[in-house]
Amino acid sequence: MASTKASKEQKYDRQLRLWGDHGQETLENAHVCLINATATGTEILKNLVLPGIGAFTIVDGHTVTGEDVGNNFFLSKDSIGKNRAQAATELLQELNSDVSGNFVEEGPDKLLDNDSEFFHRFTIVIGVQLPESTCLRLGSVLCSASVPFLVCKTYGLIGYMRLVVQEHTVIESHPDNALEDLRLDQPYAEFQNHIKSYDLDSMEKKDHSHTPWIIIVAKYLEKWLSEHNGQPPKNYKEKEAFRQLIREGIRKNENGVPEDEENFEEAIKNVNTALNPTKIPSAVEDIFNSEQCKNITAQSPSFWVMLRAVKEFVHNEGNGSLPVRGTIPDMIADSQKFINLQNVYREKAMQDAAAVSKHVESLLQSVGKPAESIPEKDIKLFCKNASFLRVVRCRSLAEEYSVDTVNKDEITSCMDSPDSEMVFYLMLRAVDRFYQQHSRYPGVYNYQVEEDISKLKACVNSLLQEYSLNVNIKDDYIHEFCRYGAAEPHTVSAFLGGSAAQEAIKIISHQFVPFNNTFLYNAMSQTSATLRL
Amino acid sequence: LLFSLFREKKRRRVVELTEKMLVDGDTGSTSDWDDRWNHIKKFLERSGPFMHPDFEPSTESLQFMLETCKILVIGAGGLGCELLKNLALSGFRNIHVVDMDTIDVSNLNRQFLFRAKDVGRPKADVAADFINSQFHIIVCGLDSIVARRWMNGMLLSLLVYEDGVLDPSSIIPLIDGGTEGFKGNARVIFPGMTACIDCTLELYPPQINFPMCTIASMPRLPEHCIEYVRILLWPKEMPFGDDVSLDGDDPEHIQWVYQKSLERAAEFSITGVTYRLTQGVVKRIIPAVASTNAAIAAACATEVFKIASSAYLPLNNYMVFNDVDGLYTYTFEAERKENCSACSQVPSDLHFSPSSKLQEVLDYLTESTSLQMKSPAITTTMDGKNKTLYLQVINLPFKLGLADGQELAVADVTTPQTVLFKLCFTS
Repeated sequence: MASTKASKEQKYDRQLRLWGDHGQETLENAHVCLINATATGTEILKNLVLPGIGAFTIVDGHTVTGEDVGNNFFLSKDSIGKNRAQAATELLQELNSDVSGNFVEEGPDKLLDNDSEFFHRFTIVIGVQLPESTCLRLGSVLCSASVPFLVCKTYGLIGYMRLVVQEHTVIESHPDNALEDLRLDQPYAEFQNHIKSYDLDSMEKKDHSHTPWIIIVAKYLEKWLSEHNGQPPKNYKEKEAFRQLIREGIRKNENGVPEDEENFEEAIKNVNTALNPTKIPSAVEDIFNSEQCKNITAQSPSFWVMLRAVKEFVHNEGNGSLPVRGTIPDMIADSQKFINLQNVYREKAMQDAAAVSKHVESLLQSVGKPAESIPEKDIKLFCKNASFLRVVRCRSLAEEYSVDTVNKDEITSCMDSPDSEMVFYLMLRAVDRFYQQHSRYPGVYNYQVEEDISKLKACVNSLLQEYSLNVNIKDDYIHEFCRYGAAEPHTVSAFLGGSAAQEAIKIISHQFVPFNNTFLYNAMSQTSATLRL
Repeated sequence: LLFSLFREKKRRRVVELTEKMLVDGDTGSTSDWDDRWNHIKKFLERSGPFMHPDFEPSTESLQFMLETCKILVIGAGGLGCELLKNLALSGFRNIHVVDMDTIDVSNLNRQFLFRAKDVGRPKADVAADFINSQFHIIVCGLDSIVARRWMNGMLLSLLVYEDGVLDPSSIIPLIDGGTEGFKGNARVIFPGMTACIDCTLELYPPQINFPMCTIASMPRLPEHCIEYVRILLWPKEMPFGDDVSLDGDDPEHIQWVYQKSLERAAEFSITGVTYRLTQGVVKRIIPAVASTNAAIAAACATEVFKIASSAYLPLNNYMVFNDVDGLYTYTFEAERKENCSACSQVPSDLHFSPSSKLQEVLDYLTESTSLQMKSPAITTTMDGKNKTLYLQVINLPFKLGLADGQELAVADVTTPQTVLFKLCFTS
C-alpha cells in the first residue's frame, strides 16, 4: 500500500522544496508519540501524518465521550464509548497510507509504572492536555533518555506550547535574510587575481556595462584604499563619497551624458552591504565556546566534531574567518563574467571545505574513529552553513518549576505590562494548581463559574506567594479562566496543531530553528509571545 | 498526474469527512448527540470580561450558528479544506464552498464583468448569490491575488449608501487567509469600513519576472535557462504539436523543458538545472506545508466564530505569521487608503501632460504597486458618447485628445466594477 518513490516525490513535492529529500528522509524515519488524542492532539498529529512521518503511536487511556466528538475531526459518533487512542488512530491512518499508526489504550502514568523505558523508542513525544504532575514526571524520564518533549495545551482561547530538549543542533537554519558572504573587505588571493584581470577603463562599452557589480565595487575600493591610507569608507559621508566615486565611473556619451549602466547602479545600491566587515556571527562564536566543542570524544556527535574542525580552520587557514560560503547573488552581467566570478567563489569554498575536512580527519583520528564516519558531503553542507549554525538548549521542566531556579526576572519584567501573554502562563499554572486541589478544572459546569472565581484566585495567590512573584494579576483574567471551563475549542486546537507540528518537524529534521522554550497564543486578540522560562 | 490525483483524493476526503460531520447532525438538533457542542457553548452561553460590548449570552446564538448563519468558503485547496473542517467543528452547518479551480481566474474577462447576468457559469451563480446577500460571512483561502481582489471588489459593489451614509446591513465581512511556505497572514475586512485588499496592495509586491535580455542572451542562473525554454524555445519548436501549449502538469512536457534547459545551461556552463527546479519555474510553484495552512485557517475560522457569535471583538485587523525561526506573529491595524481604487468611491487622479500617449497611462495602470492591473480596458465619455480608448487586443497607442478633468472608466480582471479616474493635466 505504500507509495513508490516517484509518487512520493509528487505527493510531497511542495514540502520537499522546503526541507529537501534529506529532510524528508528524517521524517520518514521518525516515530512520533502523541499522548492524549484530544482535538489538539489529533490536529498536531494530522499535520505530521500528512507530510509523511514514518510512524506514530497514540497513548491514551480515555474513553471517547460525546463532548470529545464535538470538537475532534478524527472521532465520529460511532467512536463514543471506544478507547480514544484506538478510535483516533483509525481515522488518522486514513490520511496517509505511507504512515504506520499504532495505539496504546493506557494513560502515560500507568505506562511508566509498568515500563519506565516505554518512551525511549520515540523520536519525539508530544504530550497534550496533561496535568502538571504527569508533565513533570514525563519531563524527567524523557530528559534522561534524551528524547525531546513537546508539551501542548489548549485552554479556552489560549494556546500553550513548551519545548523541552537539552541540546538541539541545527546546521540548516535557512535564515530569512542572510547577509551575503562576499569578502570584499578581506579579498582572498584568488579573488584579487580575478579582479586584476579586469581593466574597467580600457574595456569595450558592452563589457563595461555587463561587468558584475562585485567587481566594480572591488575595483573602486582598491582605488579608495590607495587614496585613504588603506582605510575603507566608514561613515555615511565617506560611503556617499565612495558611491559618488563609482558613479563617476559610468561611461559618458559624446555629449557628456552618462550612459545607462545598470550594473553600476547596482554597485552603488549595494555599497552599504558590500562594505559590511566580514565577521563571525556572535551566535557562532558562542557555539565555539561550548564545552562540547572544547572536548571532542569518541561519543561526540558529528556536529561538534565538524564545529571544532571549523574552529581550527578559523584559527589557521581561515585567518580569523569562517570558510567561504561560495555563493553570490544574481546581478546584471553577461553570462561568462558572472560564471567566472561565481567559480572564483565556488573554488575558494571547496578549498576551505577541504581544509576543514583535514581537520575533521585528524580530530576523528585522535579519538580513534575512521575518517569515513563523517561523509564529505556533510562537511561541505556544514561549511556552507557555517554562518547559520544554531544550538538550542531548553531548560528542563524541573528547572522551570523549582522555586530555586524559576525565572523570576522574565516573569516579573513581562508582567510590567499586566496584559502581556505572560499572564496566561501564570493563569495556566494556577489552573493546574486548582486541578491538583479540587480534582477538576474551574467552571466546567455553568453553576460553578461564579463560585470558582474565588477558589481560582486563591490558587493564583498561593502560586505567586510560593515563587515570591511580586506581580499583579487582574481579576478579569481569573474570571475569564473560570468562564473557559477547560473548553478546548477546535479552532484554537487547530492553530496549536499547525504550530506544534512544525516545531516537531524542526526537531526531527534538524532544519529551521525551534522556539525556546514557551509559546503562548491568545486567540482573543490573535497575538502571541515566546517566553524563556 | 498522480500528484493532482492525490490532491483530489485528499481534498475529497476532507470534504467527505466534513460532509459526513455535517450530515450526522443535520436533521435538527434532536439528532445531535449529548454534549456535542459543550466546547462552543461556554463562549455563547456565558458572559465574561473580554466579550464584545454588544454580546448577550444566550442559547439562541448556538441555534443561529447551527441553523441560520450562512458562510461562504472560497477556495477548496490547502486552506479551504482546513477552513471547512474548522467551521464544521465550530457549530456552522450552512457552509457553501466555491472551488476557484473550477473557475479559471484568467477567464474572468471583461465580458463577464460587464454581463454578470449571463447564466450557466458557476461564477455567475456566485455573483447572483452575492447580489441576493445570502451569506453572512465570507472566508477566502485563495492562492491568487487577482482572485482576492475580485472578491473584494464584489463585496464592495454590494454596499448600499443612503444619502452618502453606509447601510451597515449591506456589509458582508470578509476574512482572508494566505500562506506561502512558512509564512502566512489572516485578516478581517469589513467592506466600506476597514482597509480592503486594495488598500494594502503594496503588501503584495508584484511578481518579478526576469528581464527578456537576460533570458534571451545573458543567462546566469539555471532559472534563466528554464525560462528561455518556456518563453522562447517552446513557441518556436512546438514539440508536441502546433496547438499544444506548455502544460506544467504534464510530465512529458516538463521532461522536454528539462532536457532543453540542460542543453541551454551547458552552453553557458551553468549548473543547477534539475527536474524539480524546472517544474517549479514553469508552474511558478510556491512551496507549501500542512502546518502553515492549518495555523492560518484556524486563525481565520476563529474570526468567523467571533463575528458570527459576537462573543468577542474581531481581529483588528491583520495578523502575520512566520515560523521559520521559532514562531513569530505580528498583529496590526491596516489603514484604509484615502484614494483606494477599490473602496474609496472617489475617482483617483491620474497626472499626465496633455501630450502624453495612451501607452503611458496603460503602463501606469499595470506597473503602479497600488493598482497592479493586468489588462485594463479604458472607456470615457466624449461628446455625450461612450468611447472605448483602449481594449486589451488593440495595440494602437495614440495621443490623449482628452480634456483636463475628464473621467476615465477602467475595467480589469482585478475588479468586478469599473474603476473611475480623473485625468489631471500637468503643465
